[in-house]
Amino acid sequence: MALDRRSFIKSVAVGGVAAAGAALPAAASERPVAPEGALGMLYDATLCIGCKTCVVACKQANDRQPDPGPWGEEHLYDAPLDLNENTKNIIKLYREGDTYSYMKQQCMHCVDPACAAACMLHSLQKDPVTGIVGYDPQYCVGCRYCQMSCPYNVTKFEFSKALPLIVKCELCRHRVKDAAVKGPDGFTRYPGGQGQACCEVCPRGAVISGRRDELLAEAKRRIAAAPGKYFEDRVFGETDGGGTQVLYLSRVPFEDLGLPKLGPEGVPRTAYAVQEGIYYKIPFAAPIGLFAVLAGVIYRNKRAEQVAGAEGGAKR
Amino acid sequence: MSNHEAVHAPVGGRLMTRPFTILLAFAVVGAIAAAYRFANGIGSVSNLSNGYPWGVWIAIDVVVGTAIGCGGYAVGLLVYILNKGQYHPLVRPAVLTSLLGYGLAVLAVVIDLGRFWGLWKVPIFVWRWSHSPQLEVALCVAAYTMVLVIEMSPALFEKLRAGAASGTRRFAENALRVLEKNFFWILALGLLLPTMHQSSLGTMMLLPGPKVHPLWFTPWLPLLFVVNCIIIGFAVVTLEATFSAAAFGRPRETRMLASLLHVAAWVAIGWAAFRVVVVALSGKLGFLASGYGVAFLAEVGLLVVAGAILLSPERRSRPACQVRAAMIMLLGGILHRVNTYLIAFRPGAHFSYFPAVPELLITFGIIATEVAIYIAVVKTLPILQGPPAKHTA
Amino acid sequence: MLESQRSFNVDETGQGPAVDRRDFVKICALAAASVGLPAAAGLKMAEAAAAGLKPSVIWLHFQECTGCTESLLRTSHPALAELILDLISLDYCETLAAAAGYQAEAALKSAMEANAGKYICVIEGAIPTKDNGIYCKIGGRTAVDIVNDVAGKAGAIIAIGSCASWGGIPSADPNPTGAQGAPQVLAGKTVVTIPGCPANPYNFLGTALQFVALGTLPALDAKGRPMFAYGRVIHEDCPRRPHFDAGRFAQAFGDEGHRQGYCLYKLGCKGPATHANCSRLDFGEVGAWPIGVGHPCVGCTEQSMLWHTAIHETVEVSRPTPPDTYPPIHAPQGGTSAVAAGIAGVVGGALIGAGWMAAKKVGGAEDKGSSPDKGA
Repeated sequence: MALDRRSFIKSVAVGGVAAAGAALPAAASERPVAPEGALGMLYDATLCIGCKTCVVACKQANDRQPDPGPWGEEHLYDAPLDLNENTKNIIKLYREGDTYSYMKQQCMHCVDPACAAACMLHSLQKDPVTGIVGYDPQYCVGCRYCQMSCPYNVTKFEFSKALPLIVKCELCRHRVKDAAVKGPDGFTRYPGGQGQACCEVCPRGAVISGRRDELLAEAKRRIAAAPGKYFEDRVFGETDGGGTQVLYLSRVPFEDLGLPKLGPEGVPRTAYAVQEGIYYKIPFAAPIGLFAVLAGVIYRNKRAEQVAGAEGGAKR
Repeated sequence: MSNHEAVHAPVGGRLMTRPFTILLAFAVVGAIAAAYRFANGIGSVSNLSNGYPWGVWIAIDVVVGTAIGCGGYAVGLLVYILNKGQYHPLVRPAVLTSLLGYGLAVLAVVIDLGRFWGLWKVPIFVWRWSHSPQLEVALCVAAYTMVLVIEMSPALFEKLRAGAASGTRRFAENALRVLEKNFFWILALGLLLPTMHQSSLGTMMLLPGPKVHPLWFTPWLPLLFVVNCIIIGFAVVTLEATFSAAAFGRPRETRMLASLLHVAAWVAIGWAAFRVVVVALSGKLGFLASGYGVAFLAEVGLLVVAGAILLSPERRSRPACQVRAAMIMLLGGILHRVNTYLIAFRPGAHFSYFPAVPELLITFGIIATEVAIYIAVVKTLPILQGPPAKHTA
Repeated sequence: MLESQRSFNVDETGQGPAVDRRDFVKICALAAASVGLPAAAGLKMAEAAAAGLKPSVIWLHFQECTGCTESLLRTSHPALAELILDLISLDYCETLAAAAGYQAEAALKSAMEANAGKYICVIEGAIPTKDNGIYCKIGGRTAVDIVNDVAGKAGAIIAIGSCASWGGIPSADPNPTGAQGAPQVLAGKTVVTIPGCPANPYNFLGTALQFVALGTLPALDAKGRPMFAYGRVIHEDCPRRPHFDAGRFAQAFGDEGHRQGYCLYKLGCKGPATHANCSRLDFGEVGAWPIGVGHPCVGCTEQSMLWHTAIHETVEVSRPTPPDTYPPIHAPQGGTSAVAAGIAGVVGGALIGAGWMAAKKVGGAEDKGSSPDKGA
């Protein structure tokens, strides 16, 4: 017999709630952790003098065009106002009365990157060894979902080009030829000219490179050595948004530097909990099951109709 | 399906009427703007930016466009699952509207994608598939569009069967027979696929989590989007059926629409109630006292108003009321989607976005193309109900 | 000066005044240090000179103003006297030679034969090539022939000055003599070029003394210019760069900005496009250089600048760097155009309005709909 309306609505309601309920687990769907050899950077805003050598070095190492910024046509300076298709690294200034701090902005290389989670064909992908979130344009369709997803607004797109690419810091992975080695100062780095350009040129060591665990230890050492100096006595990126590989120490609140307030959950976890809950927990069980139900109902209704039709009078 | 040739017939008549020409003009202007976009990049025609990478092309042409293409889905649920055969005459035009809605959403996607030439890799490179909700939407929309083409094909084959050449007639006959036998699972696909991708369209906006306003960020988004598309589907079917009948001099389906809208009213009110309850239970009612609260109340309120109007049997049996209530319902449904994808998306207070003129022209051009093709097809293929019987067997 | 001024007085035996070994080693060490060579180089120079192995230098003059020689004459470490008497053997130099005529040409020939493959050939001045090079003839031979002959057997070829490096002022439009630099005439040979108008003499000295002391030439760029002197553009080492970065420019000669010593970019300074080390070395032993005295750099080392670009013309900054300002944490981006908002409002409103009105029309006829074909 055909389903009548009431029971149909009931089954849809129950099924829907059940599916949704199954899809809303306490969002703990395989929480990613940083790989052991995860590389990163530590930026200590209290050491930065705003010289912008890192900006210049990044442009050179990554072959980007200068951005005239507010000076427009004159092209005398490279003065971007924000990260953009020509700028993978930028120094910004926070100033409020007498309080000021410089802020170095670039990709955070999250432990649980939303951009990689958004990307359909893993064009943005987290390297399993170094943890660097790299971009392979081969699989990119330019949908910009990664831009929507990034909580730090880091991924930029070449809107001005007919053949556009996504642009963001990739920790200078294109320069690497040899293996990284642990130096006498305790940080694991690539040989000169093969590591992050910004870290290599910083005259104050405000941004340094190394492995994430080494940098975390260094950050905590600095915090312990000077209690009260750093905001909330903590390093941003240890757990924020699931953790990042580029860590920040600052005197002023992180939010004032443009770093959003994020909980310890990875940014894509909610979406993935829902999506994976519906489709991948028992792979494709939900759609296949639903299809079977729908096909079955339609078939039964048709048969009943044909029987009724054969008994005279076209109902359809 | 055996009696369809008596039920459906091409409208016939002159194609290049004034309304049609105006639509074509919009379509051509949009095409020119689109050509410029392909030559010079997305930034040359739009205000899309790194802060707002998605604008009206996605929010309206794709997200709302596919919802408008859910007429076939909504009516299909009623006719084929709930076995409400009385709605059957609504099916074909609804499926046509769906096909056009989805087809042009695909066109909008191609225009919006910066590297659209890589699209072919999405269904082929299975080993690179991620669990991104957008992947699911992409594959599903592509599959659904093909299913809609198949669902529309009987109209084409019926026309061919009534044609002159005997070879084509026989081919059409065979095609129709094959389709008839397999229609039950094709239809099932046609009901499964929209459920999947419309819900994933909701899941998609969970990924930018911190950037979505709390009033819209809820794990119930997938369910909200599915039911929302059904509501929009009902509204679109009502409008399309009424205006087509009036414009092409076809029999009215007022009674049918009245009972359809009765269902729609309850679904709309239920959706609105559920929406408010979810927000209340997650302790977010405080956000209502803000500009965003106004947007929220609008998307909920429009549906409640439409539903309230349609609850009265007297009102919902009047065509004018049906149309107006359907418009309100449509607006409310559209508003939820535009809110989720644009208004509630907050990359940062320093970013702002409003579409540029060429961007708007492309949006209007796509919509105009859709309507123009609809008119052309109903005039040449048996989609709408035939003219009132001439009393000859 | 370390010791008393040396004089050129030569006694009857043809020897110069005697100098004790310690002083001489000091001279050599100072010479080496002042051009950036290691201390050991100075010792080697002294030993070579003491063993009578002073390297031979043959200095050719062609289409030149002799400004480069004059510039060299005004150096003090080493002083020219020490250079030409103690460190090198200047076997042929038309400006400074006492001899003339056949005697001079004979000295040239014998020096070439005695030191074939080892002497430094210095070229000052451009070389005319039009009409078989008749526009510069010395001793009956064209400059082209002389340079091919002398440079052909040299151990090192150094072209001093912009004229010898790329043609200089004789090569300015319309270049009636077909003047070219030495590297163009001596195609295929390694020619060190020391451009400048005049060249900074210490760039020449550093190169020449390195060859004298170590037998090697410094690292050269694609145009043969030593990297230690011409590796960077003036803009990179300019003392007025902070003014450029802060956007402080002199707009006209003598205006307030000019008086304050602001950047001369807008007056046509070619610093951003000119490879040279003038800001670091200064000229004339008195710390003077063009920008320092308030005149924009004219790009005298660069063929694309000098005589080919007007002095007042501004040049492109090839590698712009950040200015003295900082973007804020949140720079406002995006906006609305009234036109777009208007269009969106009009079309949206029209659609809704039309639909609303159409509802009434539609509601006119009854269910059974026998309304006439409106043909939409």
